[in-house]
Amino acid sequence: MIPSAVPPKYKVEIDRDRCMLCGRCVVECSWGVYRKEKDRIVIYPNRCGACQRCVVMCPRDAITVRRNITCWRDHPLWTAEVREDIINQSKTGCVLLSGMGNAKEYPIYFDRIVLDACQVTNPSIDPLREPMELRTYIGKKPKKLEFEFVEEEIDGKKIKKAKLKTKIAPNLKLETPIMIAHMSYGALSLNAHLAMAKAVKECGTYMGSGEGGLHRALYPYADHIITQVASGRFGVNVDYLTRGAAIEIKIGQGSKPGIGGHLPGEKVTAEVSMTRMIPEGSDAISPAPHHDIYSIEDLAQLVRSLKEATRWKKPVFVKIAAVHNVAAIANGIATSDADAVVIDGFRGGTGAAPKVFRDHVGIPIEMAIAAVDERLREEGVRNEVSIIASGGIRNSADVFKAIALGADAVYIGTAAMVAMGCRVCGRCYTGQCTWGIATQRPELVNRLDVEEGARRVANLIKAWTLEIKELLGAAGINAIESLRGNRDRLRGVGLNEVELKALGIKHAGF
Amino acid sequence: MENDEVVVIDAKDMNYRELNEKIHEVLDKNPKVKKILLKNVLGQRYIGNGLQKKDLTIEIYGVPGGDLGMFMSGPTIIVYGNTEHAPGNTMDDGKIIIHGSGGDVTGHSMRGGKIFVRDDVGYRSGIHMKEYKDKFPVLVIGGRAKDFLGEYMAGGMILVLNIDKEGKDLGKIKGRMIGTGIHGGSIYIRGEIEEFQLGVAADIKEFTEKDREKIKGYIEEFCSYFNLNEDIREKLINSEYTKIAPVSKRPFGKLYTHDLR
Repeated sequence: MIPSAVPPKYKVEIDRDRCMLCGRCVVECSWGVYRKEKDRIVIYPNRCGACQRCVVMCPRDAITVRRNITCWRDHPLWTAEVREDIINQSKTGCVLLSGMGNAKEYPIYFDRIVLDACQVTNPSIDPLREPMELRTYIGKKPKKLEFEFVEEEIDGKKIKKAKLKTKIAPNLKLETPIMIAHMSYGALSLNAHLAMAKAVKECGTYMGSGEGGLHRALYPYADHIITQVASGRFGVNVDYLTRGAAIEIKIGQGSKPGIGGHLPGEKVTAEVSMTRMIPEGSDAISPAPHHDIYSIEDLAQLVRSLKEATRWKKPVFVKIAAVHNVAAIANGIATSDADAVVIDGFRGGTGAAPKVFRDHVGIPIEMAIAAVDERLREEGVRNEVSIIASGGIRNSADVFKAIALGADAVYIGTAAMVAMGCRVCGRCYTGQCTWGIATQRPELVNRLDVEEGARRVANLIKAWTLEIKELLGAAGINAIESLRGNRDRLRGVGLNEVELKALGIKHAGF
Repeated sequence: MENDEVVVIDAKDMNYRELNEKIHEVLDKNPKVKKILLKNVLGQRYIGNGLQKKDLTIEIYGVPGGDLGMFMSGPTIIVYGNTEHAPGNTMDDGKIIIHGSGGDVTGHSMRGGKIFVRDDVGYRSGIHMKEYKDKFPVLVIGGRAKDFLGEYMAGGMILVLNIDKEGKDLGKIKGRMIGTGIHGGSIYIRGEIEEFQLGVAADIKEFTEKDREKIKGYIEEFCSYFNLNEDIREKLINSEYTKIAPVSKRPFGKLYTHDLR
């Protein structure tokens, strides 16, 4: 039962002249907002989360959902949200749980950064007829290349040929610098995972498995899946590790830095229990720390043990939440044999997080990328390790700016879900997602058509990729490699000196 | 005696990668190998990591380094010495027999197979062990465990026998925070445990004859590996144990409320 101690957040209205009492809204709404009584649809607006499923599915466009303006006494400090949270917590004595990313109005630095374009002297490049190199390799790069000269006989002549002596560590080959972030099976439905897997395969990129193990249905796409090892070690065995394209150790997550994961027992269905390798209905608890990691040295040991398990054939990434000390932590990771550092900013989404963490812990991804890139350069290791940025990447400009600030590639999470139908209603943790994305209820999961979902996600990645090519051309650059860490292509607008210094960029006009 | 089925590797001065690659090479070249003897092992990590050969035994003379048998699925490892931390880390199946003590986090996230430790184990042993269908991990400790035994345990069984090398009683177990966050599986400790020694979510349950039946086979197996005589075996089987199990399957179920209105 949804608590109704506070006024309904949304107002749900049916145009009675248009409504033909088909009852579609009753079926579509998994929250129980609608009930049919004789010749009338009765509305329970306090259950509505503005997921818009009913609005979109109503055959007569008869439904409107709008913000319910309840008359709270105005107060700049004691906002309606603050008061609602207190009422909810005073009723239950519990930690407030929420979904999606940080919902507070912190500055979005991506929107205060503008990009450069060429004009007369250094001409722009036309990406419609010139090749644009977006291919990105994620993984360890050698400090230097060593060659040996081998004498070969060609047409009776002895010719000295240079051969590469340096052993190159395994890398992931991306056709676009956009990957899909780790969202576990359990938090997300199988259809959502399948749709994303098909899309990344088509686009020549990768998706994360999340910490829920790997469902059999995803095996055909495993060479495009990065398997995750989190503190709960769910579904982790040697087959799982060797099956994927790379392995990611999850230390932290942008939406809830410093805390673990917790999939409640009621979401652990037979299928989910199979991939996680735990009994059905059992809580799946990923504790805050990995209990074999209490130092950077311990982390290095886990990195190496994963490499040993896969005989050094798979790159190993380490994901951390963007926190105050992110640069030092990333530097430790860079020296631990890890192939890439993944930084997840505080806008990163989640299926469930305590609201207080989601909204108040961590730092913006823009600052984190700049700090990590800068520090790794200072330490002389930036060229050896890749940086993947995630958490609130909303469009191709964000991707472009993230790379110019110093990332090699980005992960998108919420954006891929929105492509599949998600309306960011933030109720993923209830498992009742009406769009069939963040749910395990079969009748809801079936609403997400795998082929259509895959098409939409692939279209999104392709569209952004095209836009990135255009942006590169405008900047007079023809390879994404030349954009990486190229902060001279960025200018701040309306940022103060401290912010500019943290981002390592100049203000517009300079 | 070396033959097709037994291979000896001298690990003296070998780097861990060299040693582990050597083991892989031996197995790749000769699938008939049944036993690998590792001599002069001194701190090399990840021995047996991810190995999947069921009929393989690795005997280790010396002290292996951390993460012994991590992700291992099938083989048996016998250690004639102590081990560093996390033997059997995320182990899937197989056996690890340690003729000495295990380090911290022995059996971390173990999801199947068995570990027998003759003497003691360090802190946080058996942490996050979990079970699934026929996968039932078992950790048997001959001596005692340090604090946080079976923390976040989600399945399987931990058995603490509390005896010294001669089979004599070691006295009262002093470990604290036993089974913090436990939400599955059970811990059996020979002797009495006080309530204050338990962690959050752990509970003392009645030790029944059914429980005795459950642990009997593992005690016998333990005694056979470490050559303990019949008297000791009978004593262990007939002793009183404290059974520690979760308060509930959902220890943190009531911690959260939905941010709905």
